[in-house]
Amino acid sequence: MQDSDSIGIVSARRIHFDTPLSLKSGAVLDNYELVYETYGELNPERSNAILVCHALSGNHHVAGVYADNPNNTGWWNNMIGPGKPIDTRKFFVIGINNLGGCHGSTGPISINDRTGKRYGPDFPLVTTSDWAKTYVRFADQFGIDCFAAIIGGSLGGMSAMQLALDAPERVRHVAVIAASARLTAQNIAFNDVARQAILTDPDFHGGDYYSHGTHPRRGLRLARMLGHITYLSDDSMATKFGRELRNGSLAFNYDVEFQIESYLHYQGDKFAELFDANTYLLMTKALDYFDPAQDYDGNLSAAFARAQADFLVLSFTSDWRFSPERSREIVKALLDNKLNVSYAEIPSTYGHDSFLMQDNYYHQLVRAYMDNISI
Amino acid sequence: MTTTEISRSVLTLRPDFATIAAWIKPGSSVLDLGCGDGTLLHYLGNKLDVRGYGVEISAHNILACMQKGINVIHSDLESGLSGFENASFDYVILSQTLQAMKNTENIIQEILRVGKEGIVSFPNFGYWKNRLQVAAGHMPVSSNLPYQWYDTPNIHLCTLHDFEQLCQQHQVNILERRVMNHDKKVAFFPNFFGILAFYRFGHAA
Repeated sequence: MQDSDSIGIVSARRIHFDTPLSLKSGAVLDNYELVYETYGELNPERSNAILVCHALSGNHHVAGVYADNPNNTGWWNNMIGPGKPIDTRKFFVIGINNLGGCHGSTGPISINDRTGKRYGPDFPLVTTSDWAKTYVRFADQFGIDCFAAIIGGSLGGMSAMQLALDAPERVRHVAVIAASARLTAQNIAFNDVARQAILTDPDFHGGDYYSHGTHPRRGLRLARMLGHITYLSDDSMATKFGRELRNGSLAFNYDVEFQIESYLHYQGDKFAELFDANTYLLMTKALDYFDPAQDYDGNLSAAFARAQADFLVLSFTSDWRFSPERSREIVKALLDNKLNVSYAEIPSTYGHDSFLMQDNYYHQLVRAYMDNISI
Repeated sequence: MTTTEISRSVLTLRPDFATIAAWIKPGSSVLDLGCGDGTLLHYLGNKLDVRGYGVEISAHNILACMQKGINVIHSDLESGLSGFENASFDYVILSQTLQAMKNTENIIQEILRVGKEGIVSFPNFGYWKNRLQVAAGHMPVSSNLPYQWYDTPNIHLCTLHDFEQLCQQHQVNILERRVMNHDKKVAFFPNFFGILAFYRFGHAA
């Protein structure tokens, strides 16, 4: 990254937790590790900490680059840094790889102390509530009584809401971007197709592919291709690829012909090399299970009665996977509880992926909100 | 804050906002429809400890509100106030926007569904200079109606009499009326000498 306001060289650290963690599923993790990065300085009052939650395939590498890999830029580098909307001169920004992840935190690829082998399919399903517990314990380690803000897009936005509901006294502001208070049937259906692609891959071996020396690449690749389609919009695909052919004319066979096919195959292949299939399955389940209204007869306003934080809710006009309607449901629940909330629908053509994109209005809104957070 | 301090700070506010602010009880809750850059809400929050939200559709205004730290909700007033519960605000304000709305009747009803009281302001089409221009054969253009007939957003202009008739038809109970000519109150033939009209209204008893 050459931009002058990049956070620059960063490095990941890990933190070990020995207190057993009781999960929503009933399972207990005796101990676990979280890998994380931080940017900026924690102030003496410890009142300027912002936790950034990642989405389905994200991780703790939120901003900056690694010394030994200058091309590996954090996934939200355009948003976070000195002078950027989430300004690291003001805030102490934390990125954590969620429990169950495959980028260093304890997850299916980690060694299970009890067996001496990788967890694989034995790794318990984790939920946003379980993550909220880990965020609180993480904050405890840093002496952070209350996050100035918790911020996330997509699944990250759901994780952020969960913390505001499960530990209302631990966070003052919540930014929920391109998220939803619960997945729709259509959305769960997409996740199921993705899971079926992985689960039915002959290389999956019931999730114990590690001991077979394989990885369900084909399944993971299909899952990612499907997901990718749903993260883009019809318009953005039409603009970027249209019906363009790779070789200029039809070949009358099943090889890659259209540019969009080439693009999707490339994205799928790349992802299948880098991501763990069990983690992918687990993350899609965390999405499906998120439903704070479930314990309140589906009444989201009742679910939000315990929240205390101020909220920023943002959606994108072209996002059909987590549409503006879903964000408006969240806003309604916040209004019903007379919580401070601002909501904007950002004009965009990039679909769900818009939340990762550089956009002047979007970034101005986040900057305005962040500037008004007192520390 | 003392009453004197409040009335002094009101003077620094735009005259039409000052008229509205004078009707708002300290500590109340307010929904400001078409809140613009949030000036009124900012004032009400700082001076009268009012808790409120603005509703806006313009990106420029939404950003301006957020820069002021004002709660603002992106929404199209033409589709009603479905995001807001019944009787959830002490006041719902619609300042100089009524005349530009398509669904005029609906928004009046929505204001009284969501608010215990409504406050509406609009340019009085019955103002004598407007009448004069119409009599001379032209649509009125003035500082309060600065548009040409072909580019005006004001599609539902009305006079004081017209608005009061609408209120009567919809069982809307007018609690207070203030008619202004710039920063002066108009008591004499308000439908003729008034430029801006302000109404505070509630449900019919």
